[in-house]
Amino acid sequence: MSKQRNDPDSLDRRRLLQGGAAFAAELWLPPVFAQGSFDWKKFKGEKIEVYLVKSPRADLLTKYQKEFEDMTGITVGFEAPPEQQQRQKQVIDFTSGKPGFDVTSTAWHVQKRLFAKGKWLEDLRPMIADPTLTSPDFDMPDFLKAGMTYSTQADGRVDSLPLNIDYFMLYWNKQLFADKGLKEPQTYDEMVAAAKAIHDPKNGVYGFVNRGLKNANVVTWTALLLGWDQLTYDPKQQKLLTDTPDAIAAAALYKQLNTEFAPPGVIGFNWMESLSAFSQGKVGMWIDGVGWAPPLEDPTKSKIVGKVGYGVMPRGPKARKAAVYGDGIGVASTSKKKGPAWFYVQWATGKVIQARMLGEGMGSGVRQSSYQSKDIKANREWINCMVESAKIGVPGLPEIIPVTEFRDVFGIALTNMFAGADPATELKKATIEFQPILDKSEKT
Amino acid sequence: MSGSPAGRALDATPAMHETHHRRYLRFAWPALAVSLAVILFPWLFTLFMSVQDWKVGQDHAFTGLENYLLLARDQRFREAILHTLWFTLLAVLLPVVFGTAAAVIFHQRFPLRGFFRGIFMMPMMATPVAIAVVWTMMFNPQIGVLNYLLSLVGIAPQMWVFHQDTVIPSLVLVEVWQWTPLVMLIVLGGLSALPTEPYESAIIDGAGWWQMFRHITYPLVLPFIIVAAIVRGIDALKAFDTIFVISQGGPGTASETINMYLYLQAFAFYKVGFASAVVVVFFVLILALTLVLLWMRERTKWT
Repeated sequence: MSKQRNDPDSLDRRRLLQGGAAFAAELWLPPVFAQGSFDWKKFKGEKIEVYLVKSPRADLLTKYQKEFEDMTGITVGFEAPPEQQQRQKQVIDFTSGKPGFDVTSTAWHVQKRLFAKGKWLEDLRPMIADPTLTSPDFDMPDFLKAGMTYSTQADGRVDSLPLNIDYFMLYWNKQLFADKGLKEPQTYDEMVAAAKAIHDPKNGVYGFVNRGLKNANVVTWTALLLGWDQLTYDPKQQKLLTDTPDAIAAAALYKQLNTEFAPPGVIGFNWMESLSAFSQGKVGMWIDGVGWAPPLEDPTKSKIVGKVGYGVMPRGPKARKAAVYGDGIGVASTSKKKGPAWFYVQWATGKVIQARMLGEGMGSGVRQSSYQSKDIKANREWINCMVESAKIGVPGLPEIIPVTEFRDVFGIALTNMFAGADPATELKKATIEFQPILDKSEKT
Repeated sequence: MSGSPAGRALDATPAMHETHHRRYLRFAWPALAVSLAVILFPWLFTLFMSVQDWKVGQDHAFTGLENYLLLARDQRFREAILHTLWFTLLAVLLPVVFGTAAAVIFHQRFPLRGFFRGIFMMPMMATPVAIAVVWTMMFNPQIGVLNYLLSLVGIAPQMWVFHQDTVIPSLVLVEVWQWTPLVMLIVLGGLSALPTEPYESAIIDGAGWWQMFRHITYPLVLPFIIVAAIVRGIDALKAFDTIFVISQGGPGTASETINMYLYLQAFAFYKVGFASAVVVVFFVLILALTLVLLWMRERTKWT
């Protein structure tokens, strides 16, 4: 703690300033200004480059960027290309040793180990602990535990802070369920039974939809596998668990849902096509990330506004768990403007922006305080689904370096099942194919 | 005359010519240096990388021909070659046939010919990625317009790019739609250059439309068709954007061409050494196919 902080006069002055700032914020200032006596102007005149992925989160940050610039005097250069392009350029930039950005995001479920290996992001702990660099109301315990677990590397480094957490959940069409006298499925068996009851392809109605496209489909399988209380990888023994009886059973369920109850062409569906099919009101259920409430409740994009049920993943044969995926935001370790960059990260992950993110339906907030806000305009059932999913959240993909190869190899195995291939045979073949890739990544 | 610079050049001895050559050679050096930097160096560096075990962000080590041996053993790569050849064959043959037919039609005189030519050319002018996005929506089995059109004439809905068996022909459909106008343009240029005398003689001899096409138009315009086929062939081998946007090489790996495979290795898995070996093999393949087409062009030249 700084000397100034121990000075009682200073404390009084700070309280006074805090009170004044809070009063001003209540009256007319945007809420981001209401952050006490902390010197946000410390890096006035600096310019930083921010490089994120195009998403509702990026849209939210650009929407309020001027507030940050006014508050800090820091100019922000902002770029957010689509995910694939962003990740490629990001890795190439980092590898070059001179990335063209100071702040960037990391998809933990794909890049966590890769970023840790290269030490591409700065350990934020010293800056968090420095009172001249971190606002006193930047409440670290307020972050959701799942987010902090994800953002902490194996060696204890906190090289990013949570920006968004995505839970896999079950969207269900209340109208189609009511027509058949069904209730929200609570177990896998009920989910299959409901899909069977609703499925009526002659009339263009289908029981179930999800990602069938190679690579994208792996996350549905791993989400289902959590119902057997199993992950795909044991990090302690460094062993793949992808051809166990439970992994095969989860793949068989995935195959059944897609070959018996899904719309034709699901083999080429990513989340966008699944969303499109579900929002037409002709599909009973959809398993995917939690972020699709805004388009589903938008009358210009959806035919099922007000008819969507937001359900926590049903209970599997052994457990009820929700697959978690997430993005962090951090400071490039090679950046020469770490202070201003950290200010941006602090602002983006602060209470005000996170509350707005949840409140405006732009993503699931990563702070507990966001969920307690009374200003949330988003669907309350959706919010409750997130709160309940957070309690049973488990990382949906293995924390290994070659995650993309993992998704490619097992994604092909899953798509082969659409054409009738045996889940056990395909998973055993894929496991044999992937094992050397994994072994090599751990050695180098 | 001999006092002028031109006259001096004419009077020059062979020794003076050589001096002139040397003097002017230095002006070619910048262009030569740029060519070496942008063509030769990347090629040498690719060859160098192809014999390394090199992944982005990691140290690299010399592995000899290991990457090439891995490729030879990789069933997925062999399938990618077959997909590439199948796609290329269809994406060359169909536009050449339709483009030639269109050129013959547009070579005739009829009202609003210029307007219809303009309409026909439009697909070629659009951006491939934008086209791919539109076609992706059209291919959708539930809400796509293609199945709707089929339903109007009583044909059962198709799976288009969403089935292993139909994905490549469906992707070729996009290529045909976009690039038939290019073939038409090239062949039309050839048709315009044809002499009229053979046709006049043929008409006097009582030849029919088909006989004139088969025995006069086709042989005379064949060199232009071959040029169009070469251009289409190189383009089809390089096709990436439409496949990437529409099918991403799927379902599974059913439409994974060498380009898609290469992209995955280099930019998704970051295995730049292995990907470089793919580039080298792909280059040899393109070279071989281009040589075959050039040989065909030589054989069909007007004598």
